Amino acid sequence: MEALAALIIAVLVGCGTYLTLRARTFSVVLGLSLMSYAVNLFLFFSGRLTTGAPPLATSIGATADPLPQALVLTAIVIGFGMTAFVVILALRALGELGTDQVDGEDEKP
Amino acid sequence: MNHLIMIPLLLPLAAGMTNLLLVRKGIGAQRLVSILTACGLLAATLLLLARAETGHIDTYELGNWPAPFGIVLVLDRLSALMLVLTAFLTLPVLLHACNGDDQLGRDFHVIFPLQVLGLNGAFLTGDLFNLFVFFEILLIASYCLALHGLGPGRTRNALRYVVLNLIGSSLFLIALGTIYGVCGTLNMADLALKVAGSTPDQAPLLGAAGLLLLAVFGLKAAILPLFLWLPGLYAAVLPSVAALFAIMTKVGVYAILRTQSLIFTNHGPVPEAAGLLFPVALATLAAGSLCVLGSRRLRVLLAWLVIVSVGSLLAGIGLWNAAGISASLYYLPHSTLVTAGLFLLADHLARQRGPAGDVLEPGPPMSRPNLLGSLFLLGAMAIAGLPPLSGFIGKLLLLNAAQAPVAAWLWSVVLGGSLLGIIALGRCGSILFWKTQGDPLCGPPVSWSRLAPAATLILTAVALSVMAGPVTTYTDAAAGQLLTPDSYVNAVLGRGTP
Repeated sequence: MEALAALIIAVLVGCGTYLTLRARTFSVVLGLSLMSYAVNLFLFFSGRLTTGAPPLATSIGATADPLPQALVLTAIVIGFGMTAFVVILALRALGELGTDQVDGEDEKP
Repeated sequence: MNHLIMIPLLLPLAAGMTNLLLVRKGIGAQRLVSILTACGLLAATLLLLARAETGHIDTYELGNWPAPFGIVLVLDRLSALMLVLTAFLTLPVLLHACNGDDQLGRDFHVIFPLQVLGLNGAFLTGDLFNLFVFFEILLIASYCLALHGLGPGRTRNALRYVVLNLIGSSLFLIALGTIYGVCGTLNMADLALKVAGSTPDQAPLLGAAGLLLLAVFGLKAAILPLFLWLPGLYAAVLPSVAALFAIMTKVGVYAILRTQSLIFTNHGPVPEAAGLLFPVALATLAAGSLCVLGSRRLRVLLAWLVIVSVGSLLAGIGLWNAAGISASLYYLPHSTLVTAGLFLLADHLARQRGPAGDVLEPGPPMSRPNLLGSLFLLGAMAIAGLPPLSGFIGKLLLLNAAQAPVAAWLWSVVLGGSLLGIIALGRCGSILFWKTQGDPLCGPPVSWSRLAPAATLILTAVALSVMAGPVTTYTDAAAGQLLTPDSYVNAVLGRGTP
C-alpha cells in the first residue's frame, strides 16, 4: 500500500510540476491544484497507513493518528482559498493585460 | 500564564473585523480604528519587550492544552524585538497611507491589520504548523495589499508573487509532513529534542526537510536564486505597501534563524541547512549590490537594497557565533526602518517630480529641495553604512564577528557591496537633486505633516546609533539566548532548569 501511495503522490507532483512550468495561467493554476492535492495526500499519509484502526482513541489497540487529519483539513481549506484567489487574479490579469501569459507579456511571434 | 502575549494577535484581528463593519461608515472611522490599534500595539509590544528583556521566556498555551500537544505561543528576546519592530514600523506607514493611498480601494484598513496579525503570529508561535498558518495569513493579506490600487503593473507582478508563494507553501507542507512522519511532533521545542536525539537512519530525511524549509523561508527572505520576484513587486506596489513589505523579507530571516538555531543546528545531527546559509548569504549580498548599481529607477534601487540587507543579515547569522547573530539583530531593525523610510520618501520625491516620477534621469526641480535632500542624504548614509549612523555600526559589528577563515570572504564582499551601494546612492542623489532641468511644477510643496512618517523612520537611524549601547546589550543577550536553546525547550515543555 505504501508503494501505491508513493506512486500516486509522485504522479501528481510530476504532472503538477510540468503544468506549473507552462507559460499560460490556466495550466499553471491546474498545476498548482494538482500539487496541492499531492501535498494533502502526503500530509495525510505522514501519520502512517493503517487499515481498520478506529479514528478516535478507544480503550485498547492502535488508533489512526488524528493529528495529520487535523493538519490536512487546515491545509485543504487554505489551499482551496488560495486557489480561488489565484483563479480570480488570473482572470483579472487576462482582462487587464490582454494576455494569459504568466509573465504578462505577449508571445513573441 | 500572562494574557498580554495574546494582545498582538487579538488587537489587529479585532481591528480588522471592526473595520470590515465600518466599510460603509466611511474612511474616517476606519482610519481612527487603525491608528488607535497601531498605537495600542506599540504600547503592548513595548510592555512585552520589557518582560522579555529580563531573560524570562514566557509561554502561552492556547486552550490550556499542555505542550507539546497544544499550540503554544512563545515570547523570548528575539520575538519581542521583532514584535516591537513591527509595531514601530506599522504606525508611520499607516499614517503615510492615510494621506490618500488608503482611499484607492475600500478594504485597505481591513487588510492592513490582518497583515500585522500574520506578522505578529509568525513571530510568536512555537509550533511549525502554526507558523505555516500565520505565514498563509500574512501572505494572503500581502497579496491583497500588493494589488491595492490595481493597475496592469501591480497585477502582473502580483500574479508572479502569488504563484511563487503557492509553490513555496506546497514545499513548506511537504517539509512539515516529512518532519511529522519522522519525529511525530511539530512543536518546535519538542522537535529540538527529537532532532538532537535522532538516529543516523533518520538524518537524511530530516536533512531533506531542513533544506526544504531553508528553501521556503529563503523564498520569503529573497535569498540568491529565489529573489527575482522582489524588485518588480516592490517597485510596482503602492509606496506605503512597499514600506510595510520591508519587514516581509525579515519574516523569512526570522524563520530561518528560529528553526536553525533551535532545530537544525549546525552542530547537531542535521547540519546541512545551517552550513549552507553563509555562502548563499554572501552570494545574495554580492548579486544584490551589483543590481543596486544597475538600477534605473529609485524604487527598484531601494528594492535591491532590501536584498542586500537580507544578504548582510544572513551572513551574520550564518557565522553561527554570538557576535555574528547579535550584529545581525542590531542590523535588522536598522535596515527595515530605514528602507521603509526611503520607500516613503521616494513617494514624495516621485510626486514632486511629476511625469519623471522615480526614474533616475534629470527632471523638474523640486520644491523644498534642501529638506527632501537632507532626508535622502541621511537615509542613504544610513543604508550604505557611512559613519556615524547605525548602518556603519551594524556593519562594523558584523565584520568584527567574523573569525579567520571566513573573515576574508565576509570583509571583501561586505565592503565591496558597501562601495557599490555608496556609488549608486551618490549617483542617484546627484541626479535627483542637482541635475534638474525645466521649470518647477506648480504643485503644492510637500508639507511637514505629510513628510513626518518618512522623516521619523529615517531618523530612527540616528536614534539607533545614539542608543547603540543599550540596543547591542539587548541583542547580545538575545543572541546568547538563541545559542542556548535549552532554556527555550525547558520553558515550553515546562521542565525546570537542570
